[in-house]
Amino acid sequence: MHWLLWSVVIITVLMTTTAWALWLERKLAARMGSRLGPTMVGRHGLLQPIADLLKLLQKEDILPEAADGALFNLAPILTAVFAIATVAVVPFGEGVIAADLDIGVLWVLAFGGLMVIPVWMAGWASNNKFALLGGMRAVAQAVSYEVPLVLASMVPVILAGSMSMTDIVHYQQQHSWIALWPTLPGLPAFLLFLLASLAESNRIPFDIPEAESELVAGVSTEYTGMKFGLFYMAEYIHTLVSSAIGAALFLGGWSGPFAPGLHWMLLKTLGLFVFIYVVRWTLLRFRQDQLMRLAWVWLVPMGLVLVFMAAVVVVWGGA
Amino acid sequence: MSAPQPQHRIELAVHEGEGDLMLVNFGPQHPSTHGVFRIKLLLDGEIVVKAVPYPGFLHRGVEKLAERLTFTQLGPIVDKNDYIAPMTNEQAIFMAFEKLLGIEVPRRARWMRTLFAELQRVASHLLWLGTFALDLGGALGGGATVFLYCFRERELVLDLFEEVTGARFHYNTHTMGGNRHDLPAGYAQKVHATLDVIAARLVEYEHLTSTNRIFDVRTRGVGTISSELALGLGLTGPVLRASGVDHDLRRDAPYGAYDEVPVNVMTETSGDCLARALVRIREMTESIRLARALIDGMPEGPICGAKAIKTPTQFKAASGQVYVGIETPRGELGTYVIAGGNERGAAPYRLKIRPPSYHAMSVLPYVLPGHMVSDVVAILGSLDPIMGEVDR
Repeated sequence: MHWLLWSVVIITVLMTTTAWALWLERKLAARMGSRLGPTMVGRHGLLQPIADLLKLLQKEDILPEAADGALFNLAPILTAVFAIATVAVVPFGEGVIAADLDIGVLWVLAFGGLMVIPVWMAGWASNNKFALLGGMRAVAQAVSYEVPLVLASMVPVILAGSMSMTDIVHYQQQHSWIALWPTLPGLPAFLLFLLASLAESNRIPFDIPEAESELVAGVSTEYTGMKFGLFYMAEYIHTLVSSAIGAALFLGGWSGPFAPGLHWMLLKTLGLFVFIYVVRWTLLRFRQDQLMRLAWVWLVPMGLVLVFMAAVVVVWGGA
Repeated sequence: MSAPQPQHRIELAVHEGEGDLMLVNFGPQHPSTHGVFRIKLLLDGEIVVKAVPYPGFLHRGVEKLAERLTFTQLGPIVDKNDYIAPMTNEQAIFMAFEKLLGIEVPRRARWMRTLFAELQRVASHLLWLGTFALDLGGALGGGATVFLYCFRERELVLDLFEEVTGARFHYNTHTMGGNRHDLPAGYAQKVHATLDVIAARLVEYEHLTSTNRIFDVRTRGVGTISSELALGLGLTGPVLRASGVDHDLRRDAPYGAYDEVPVNVMTETSGDCLARALVRIREMTESIRLARALIDGMPEGPICGAKAIKTPTQFKAASGQVYVGIETPRGELGTYVIAGGNERGAAPYRLKIRPPSYHAMSVLPYVLPGHMVSDVVAILGSLDPIMGEVDR
């Protein structure tokens, strides 16, 4: 029954972490922009996420007259469910995992890929031209960036010879972090994974589906209250889970000296998360065609070469 | 040079073969239209096929109002036209009135006006840079960071204005024959200290924007305006100079103190968004240099003409018509006044303001087609439109 226990614990922790990750981002962004960020609710604004949540819950739930009601309501729920589903196979420590599937990596990639369907549903069902454009962009972007993401994730899979997240972390405990050694497919694969994750979770410089300066708010233009909140939450969970998976696949997961594994895993996850947000609050946004060109001309061939290298390392490197 | 064919009568009915196009109302309630402005976009996927701009949402009837007010009452009214650089509006309108009435402006007042104009240019371009980054990078991301930095520095310039006029935004400091408020003691040091800070941080902004790879790919070759089109549509200011036309009223028809403090005019040749950005960023450095020279060489003397006009009866003799153009941060702000003589009393018979960004907007139907939706925002931002002066 321990998996059930861990599921409950992990989902609870994840939801709470997401709320305070939001607080962390707001503080970080504020400091970067020479502001203070939330200060009013609780010490250092620490209760701000709760206030935000309460505010969202109180907002009127508007269903546009011309919208497709069923799809419109289903989309945010599905987005949140898919985002949470990916966390099932993330190993936070030895045995601290909701479901140690032997196809863990595949599970994560599959649910990450599925995320685009509710987004498109929302874009279509809103019956709003800006939402439609946002949905179109989201699909195009997800289709492009799924490929390099899969290719980058294949490098640790090939090296470790297993799709189970736990096995990949064990492999790294016996050898070394994949991002460090073998450096040639390892480090570039990690960077490729990070880049593709940024695009997958719609973070700047790849946030063109919601591009608020162009498309108002993209797919979430027509959403209000908690439905908007679900999209928002899913986005943060996605980023958090992407960071956790990056840490597990490339940075040795829970392995590390002196401290319990869980601490190391959380530290690495948080490190990647903060990195993603520093990038977000520093860079400007790409245009859609430039994004596609980057994906298909550079990242996909690079991913193929890295997978090939990983195979070479496994066959001749004696890894 | 022939003017471009007028294309503003674009038929918006969907023609044969255009059945698949999507009509998007870009604005007036859109975050990136720099105020309330509407563009009808006919989109083929993400590509703009037709663009029809509709200004007028901020029309306040300033020109008509001017026919009811005396000359001196108009300062605070025109302040609200170009609300990013309010001081230049006052300067333009009072320069026109002074020319009409033959009032001599003391040398110190001319220097002060020029100093304010240059500080105003720095503040205005800083705001432009911030909002342009916002257009390119989004309100929830790197753009917002640049935006906040630019506002931080703009505040410093506004502090300088506040010190002189008591107001941060709508100053009402120019008046007939000179200025209302004299510079306080120790003002030169404060100007230098502020400009030191801004000059140092401009280098950072260049790293965040013009030397940034993403900024480069988003602006290079986007929204190219040829010099023919720019001249044909009456574009002025940084937009014209970015298209390779070396034209700046500060140098070509000097007013204020520009005959004594020469201006280096910044030009670029490519005419795209990047060129417009570079011209503005360099103009900020140049304006900082000018402002330093102006505050250092500030002459002593009265700040308002000896025979300041106090009563409306003194206007009654005024008749005739004048046009005065000055170089605001956005280009040539023209003021055309016809005085009514005794029949109209102390009010202008007709006031016509030629706002530079209204003319800049007229380029949209020509350059937008063929670009993507993301570029629409970039091009609009690069023109630096201020709806207050577009619609008046």
